[in-house]
Amino acid sequence: MTTDITGSTASSGDVSVEELEAQFDATIEAKDRIEPRDWMPEAYRKTLIRQVAQHAHSEIIGMQPEGNWISRAPSLRRKAILLAKVQDEAGHGLYLYSAAETLGATRNELTEKLVAGKQKYSSIFNYPTLSYTDVGTIGWLVDGAAICNQVPLCRTSFGPYGRAMIRICKEESFHQRQGYELLMTMMRGTEAQREMVQESVNRFWWPSLMMFGPPDDNSPNTEQSMAWGIKTHTNDELRQKFVDMSVPQAEALGVTFPDEGLKWNAERGHYDFSTPNWDEFWAVVKGNGPCNEQRLAHRRRAWDEGAWVREAALAFAENQAAEATADRRTAPAADTTPAAGVDTTTPEETAK
Amino acid sequence: MTTEHTPAGSEPTVNVAHDEAGTNVEHDTHDNAYSGLLVNDANWAFGTDFEDPLAGVDTTVPEGIDAADLGVYCLMLGDDALVFSQRITEWCAGAPDLEEDIALANIALDLLGQARLLLARAAAADPNLVPELPEGSPVPDEDRLAYFRNDLAFRNVRLAEVPNGDFAEAVAKILIYSTWRLSIFERLADSRDTVLAAIAAKGVKEMSYHRDFAGRWVLTLARGTEESRARLLNALDGLWPLWTELFETHPAEAAVAAAGIGVDPAEVADEAGVIIDQVFAAAGIDRPEKGGLAGVGVHGRKGRDGLHTEALSRMLADMQVVAREHPEGRW
Repeated sequence: MTTDITGSTASSGDVSVEELEAQFDATIEAKDRIEPRDWMPEAYRKTLIRQVAQHAHSEIIGMQPEGNWISRAPSLRRKAILLAKVQDEAGHGLYLYSAAETLGATRNELTEKLVAGKQKYSSIFNYPTLSYTDVGTIGWLVDGAAICNQVPLCRTSFGPYGRAMIRICKEESFHQRQGYELLMTMMRGTEAQREMVQESVNRFWWPSLMMFGPPDDNSPNTEQSMAWGIKTHTNDELRQKFVDMSVPQAEALGVTFPDEGLKWNAERGHYDFSTPNWDEFWAVVKGNGPCNEQRLAHRRRAWDEGAWVREAALAFAENQAAEATADRRTAPAADTTPAAGVDTTTPEETAK
Repeated sequence: MTTEHTPAGSEPTVNVAHDEAGTNVEHDTHDNAYSGLLVNDANWAFGTDFEDPLAGVDTTVPEGIDAADLGVYCLMLGDDALVFSQRITEWCAGAPDLEEDIALANIALDLLGQARLLLARAAAADPNLVPELPEGSPVPDEDRLAYFRNDLAFRNVRLAEVPNGDFAEAVAKILIYSTWRLSIFERLADSRDTVLAAIAAKGVKEMSYHRDFAGRWVLTLARGTEESRARLLNALDGLWPLWTELFETHPAEAAVAAAGIGVDPAEVADEAGVIIDQVFAAAGIDRPEKGGLAGVGVHGRKGRDGLHTEALSRMLADMQVVAREHPEGRW
């Protein structure tokens, strides 16, 4: 169901804010979709723009850690797989920026906020990729954790976001299989290769668990986001699910996770595991991770160095339009003014 | 490829079945991220074994063709594609906007695919070309050729290896490469070697897009802003010394051309020149007045002879480092 606020029908002009809110609430209650043309509370719109933007930024920043190994991928087949995967991430960024645009934001404005450090991205990408093996581990664990986070988003209340996520989840699932398959292949290789896999898994296990965000008792935005149907599971629920799914995978692979507290709890029907180092998590979120500066500087450099190209494309389009119709000049507005205010909510916290 | 872009203000075009409540009914299949990860079902992204890019193809060298000539010719073409692809991948996550990032990755992927086929063809035609590795090494031929040869054994033209500049340099280089290469591949599609002919036919489709992409950007930059025009002219000035080398005939190319399996690049010089001039005319720019980059030594050896710029050995050191650490590795 939708609410018409365009004024095109006789009745809509008379609808009060209370009635609009009631209709919005009923839509959420029925687990129906909110569409861009529908009325929505300003706070809902702002929360969504922030979340979708952070998600888009995560895809774009996430190109860098794996992109680091494209030039050194040790076989041509793996090079092609990796390049295609990183390219997919650019595509995911595009879908998500487009979804944010249906809420009234522009890609330029959101990118400006990212490079100014005013909007965040997933902290996992602030960890370095130190070995080609990390490409496989990121596919298996990081993409796996991302899928756990993102699958519920296919049913999120805002239509364009949910539909983008369906497509993204399918591709992420493909990437995850590729990553796992790379590790499997390396485990069948030399002893040195098996050691590389274990070393990489050791480094990425804890950061992967942190991808689900802080514990539920320290996650201030969860309640409102769940009420709005933006978020459908808590951080701790998803983290437990991820651990339960990952342990048999590790056994099949022949690697261990670096946690002595990891063991099956028959009573709970779940694996127990140790508490992640939340001090490290918050340090990385607040900008002190191993690669925060590097990732942002890279993105800023690409954006700044591309400015003259984007300007040339606009100027060319304007010149063409002017030549085509001398009297009707269409000047596309380049809205690149970043709004004030630094966003401090972590993507781990919002993207559920 | 995931290049679909939804314009602002309209809905994404993904169609999803909805139940009566409007919720997506497909979600059950997504609920478990790991479902099927351990079973080798039909949905597996890739098989767990290396696929030979020429699997199922009859790679017998046709009668009357010198296998060594065919092999070295495929190596030359394969090295061009591999080295140029490697350069273009350096743009990944660094292009002026997402659309260009995706487009450049597409071009690099196409060239990488061509390189795999050409190197596999070279190895099948003349196994003597393939570097030896320790007994029992699982490294396939295409990777032995890509990762276990030094720069002096690479036969690519020097245009493919020169270091990247700005975005104007990238599109100018792609325009020059694809214009030259397309003219060759259009003729190569009639090669007496049916494998090479098929590879060329596939490449023609791909590089028509590359040339179109680059040509449109050259036009845009030439007629965009003062800065973009100045950058483009500067890029063309820097690249032009590498133009004449593209049309010089190496004895190996003369041999395969005479045998009806390859193309003498000198034959396509006029056609490629006319096409470039058309683009330049539309862009309102002139051909740079720059002579060709000299070769090395009394014989003026160049890329096709295995004599390169300083940039190539550095590129290969980076590209080959992991593979060389694990000559018996399985990837």
